[in-house]
Order: sequence, then structure tokens, then C-alpha cells
Amino acid sequence: MTNAFDLAAAVRSGEQSAANALAASYAAIAARDDEINAFLHLTKARAQAQAAAVDHKVAGGEDPGPLAGVPIALKDNMCTRGEPTTCSSKILEGWRPPYDATVIGRLEAAGATIVGKTNLDEFAMGSSTENSAYGPTRNPHDTSRVPGGSSGGSAAAVAANYVPLSLGSDTGGSIRQPAALCGVVGVKPTYGAVSRYGLIAFASSLDQIGPFATNVTDAALCLDVISGHDPMDATSIPVPLTPTMPTLNDGVAGMRIGIVDELMGEGIDDDVIARTNEAAQALVAAGATVERVSIPATIYGLAAYYLIAPAEASSNLARFDGVRYGQRVEGQNVAAMNVATRTAGFGDEVKRRIMLGTYALSSGYYDAYYGKAQRVRTLISNEFQAAYKNFDLLLSPTSPSTAFEIGAKSDPMALYMCDVCTIPSNLAGHPSMSVPFGVGDDGLPIGVQVLAPMLDEAKMFRAAKVLEDAASTTPEASA
Amino acid sequence: MSGEISSDEVAHVASLARLRVADEELDTFTEQLCAVLETAAALNSLELDEVPPMAQPYPLANVVRPDVIVPGLDRDEVLSQAPQAEDGRFKVPPALGEAP
Repeated sequence: MTNAFDLAAAVRSGEQSAANALAASYAAIAARDDEINAFLHLTKARAQAQAAAVDHKVAGGEDPGPLAGVPIALKDNMCTRGEPTTCSSKILEGWRPPYDATVIGRLEAAGATIVGKTNLDEFAMGSSTENSAYGPTRNPHDTSRVPGGSSGGSAAAVAANYVPLSLGSDTGGSIRQPAALCGVVGVKPTYGAVSRYGLIAFASSLDQIGPFATNVTDAALCLDVISGHDPMDATSIPVPLTPTMPTLNDGVAGMRIGIVDELMGEGIDDDVIARTNEAAQALVAAGATVERVSIPATIYGLAAYYLIAPAEASSNLARFDGVRYGQRVEGQNVAAMNVATRTAGFGDEVKRRIMLGTYALSSGYYDAYYGKAQRVRTLISNEFQAAYKNFDLLLSPTSPSTAFEIGAKSDPMALYMCDVCTIPSNLAGHPSMSVPFGVGDDGLPIGVQVLAPMLDEAKMFRAAKVLEDAASTTPEASA
Repeated sequence: MSGEISSDEVAHVASLARLRVADEELDTFTEQLCAVLETAAALNSLELDEVPPMAQPYPLANVVRPDVIVPGLDRDEVLSQAPQAEDGRFKVPPALGEAP
């Protein structure tokens, strides 16, 4: 499978057909996905009809768009009309949404073919994709290990070369952390930059859709297609996002880049810190100034997040009550039916977070927990904004470690720690992305995280491109 | 904010959230929730009285659209996905009392 940019060019020129590109994608999935389990459902009929429409446009001399014939996978928490959408939960088994998420319309209008729906931690709550009602996804680099999560299926689908692009959602790191563990590029855009209409909500003040790709250029291409205002999403930013493609190769000469001190110490593996320092050197070699910067409130990010996200989830997931969609377990009256349905339909991690969130929001605890966490959120946001007075971009590790063994982190708190470097961007609403940068002592991929001020994706991608080019030539990094 | 939650409180919170926790699960859930709340207790060391709370990152308020009628979702398509529907409505068991 070639990259998305070249594939779209080949389809537009008639050199390659969208139908063939799609068939190649399905052949790759058929060959290996029994083992990897990246996909929950394939949307073959819809994808084949779309590929035929793209090929028809090419034959008629029309331009089918910047993603012409590019197969793309979607995390299964994005609604696809008439096609199963489960959030990896039993409670939504059998449900077929009556509408499409906005991103799907944008992708298809750009010529992409939607190949299917990928596995995730139930309702996107997790960091390993082990917590799915439909079994874990395995890391294509080492199938005894997790792909990260919660968008592990989308990360693995790109890493296994089933598709050049996929979409995930990122609430506390659910795109960037699996991207790092699977050795692919993963982007969390600015909060509100990509429409969330049709994304089944987890924590509404944090959730954001973004792309996975094998390379930085493809990620930029995809982000430029899916971003932009949507009247169907009340949190959608009303100004257009500056396109990332036109300045992608402008480099980092003259940029000031800060390495976040608090994310380079305790709890982060030595090989991850070493690669991050090498990434910093690569940016210096490309003409940037790199310094350490302290953002003390980031160390409180994890604690604040695990109050805010569950609080919002407990409210959002109240809608799964056995009345309007998915499964119902009968009861003698409505309340009994609600309890029976939710008790049978939700997995343990979802129940834990609903209970935690309900507690954090309950009378007598609201100020102590949820209210306090929201104040910490302001603190983190203010400190980031202060840092961006002196720095164009920030740099940190993406994940504290490389991919771990399936089953290794059975304690919820140990799993929550996986998000320590990624959570601050969600709390502040700022964009950040993970770029592969070499491997760890175990030979598995490591990602570094580039963080940018709100709506400055274009600058973030310039640094990401420099890192990608350096990673392919740095001996230590490619060892 | 001591990071302590009792098993009685967990059972109460579960009932508020329309979940039933089996007796044999109660201790495990209580232990796990305590661990998260202990981590949250780290926030106690911060002086936050002067810091305003932040509900969402991008300052948008009162997002409205022109009051123009536009087509909504197809009712039959929506109802076809419900566990039970009748006469163009979602059907549920009795709200009060018990089913006959």
C-alpha cells in the first residue's frame, strides 16, 4: 500500500483505479486481521459504491478530490448511517445509526473510501484497546503487545498497512498514545477544529477527532480535508483552520522550541527520554533554538483529567438507557429496565468511570472534586499560554513507555498513567501530535509529541515534518 | 477530599447512575475508586481560590442558528433502531408500578 498523497495522485491521473486500491486494502485486511483484530466491521458495499463513483469521475474528466480513492478506516465511535456503530460496547450491539458523522461527508466529498470501523476501548475509555467487548486489538509490530488506546484499532490499521489513513478520537491521548506505540503519526487538532457531529460523546469538553497516517504529509492532507466549521456542532470553531499543507516544508529555522521539564522525568522510561532529546537535537540542526521550559501545573493534569472526564462521561452516558437505541434488558418498570440494561450493557471500566463521575458531581463533593479540577484546568491553560509567549512550540515524549504486553496493566491506575504526557493538551484545548522517532531498547517504536498554541496546527506540522525527515536519517533513531 | 469512599457510598452512587453492583464486585470497585480519588487528593495542595474554573477551552457562548425549519432525521429510520416502538413512538414499560 502506497501513501495517501501518491495514491490520490495516481487515482486522479487514471494510473490506478479507486476500485483496485480498495480491493488491495480489503485483501490486506483479510490476510492479517484475524490476528490483529483492528476492524469490528467492514463497510464494503458503501466503499465499493464510492470507489466506483470516484473512478467514474476520473473517466469523465472530473477531479474527485484530494483524497481520491484513498481507503480510510474510522474508529467505531463515529456514526455511519445504516452500518453498525458499537463504541466496542455490548449496549450498542446491533444499532445502525440513522445519520453520518460530519467527517464522513467531508472525507467522501474529497474522494476517500470508508473501508470499515475499527476497535477501541469501550466508549473510548482506556489506553490499550484491551477493554473492548469484541476482544483486544494487537500491535502489528509485536502481536503479544497492545497497540495503545483508545483508538488502537485505527492505529493498528495504519501500522499494519491495511489503509494509509484512519480517524480516531482523542480525549486524553487516545490518538497520540496509540500512534506512538504503533509507530505512526497521530494528530489531536485544536478543540473545535474538526466537527464532532456524529462522534458519540465521551467527555464533551475534551473530545476531538483527528487523523492517523504513515507519514506527516498524509496526516496534513487529511486534517485539511476534515477541519472547518460545522453548524451541526455547537462547539465547532467558527473560523477556518489555516491549511497545513502549503507550509509543510517551511522548516523550523528561527523557531523557539521548549522541552517540557515536567514531562521528562519520573515515570518516563530512559529510552523515551533519550529519543526525545535526540528529536530536540534534530530541531536544533534544522535551525531552531531549543531550551527546557517548566510548566509546573502539567503534573496535576492527570488528577484533574480523571475527575473531569468521568464527570462528563457520567452525564453523556446517561442516554444509554434502553429506550432509543441498542440493547434493552426488560424490567418490570422503566427504572428497572434502565438499571438492567445498563448493568448488562456496560463493561467494568465504563461503570467505574460513570460511578467516579457521578460521585465527583454529587452534592457535597462537587466543589471539592469537579470544581477544583476545573480550576486546575485554568491553571494549566494559563501556564501553556505563558510558555507560548517565549516559545513557538513545545516538545515532550508522547507515551512514558513503548508498547506493553497484553494483560500487563490490570490495575486501572497503572493504565491511567499512560496518558500523563498527552492529557495537558486536551485540558488546554491546544493541538498536539505524535511523530515516530526511532525505537526503544526493546526495538519497538517511540513517538515524540509536538505541542502548539491553539489553532497553530500549520506550525506544528512544520516541526513534525523536520522530525520525520531527521528520524529517517539519524542512525540512533532508526537503529 | 481525603481520597476515601466507602462501599456504601459506592453502592449509593451506582444506584444514582442506574447501575447495579453485585455484592462480590463492591469491594473491588470501592478499592479502585479510592485509588483514583487518592490521586485526585494531590490537587488539595494547590491554592486555587483566585483561579476561575474552566468549563471548556474555546470561548463560545449562545451558539444559535437562524430559526428556519430544516428536515430532521427520518422518524421511521430512527424508530427502526429502537428496542421497541409503536405508533411512531418509543415504547417503554410502565413508568409507575409494574408491567401487567
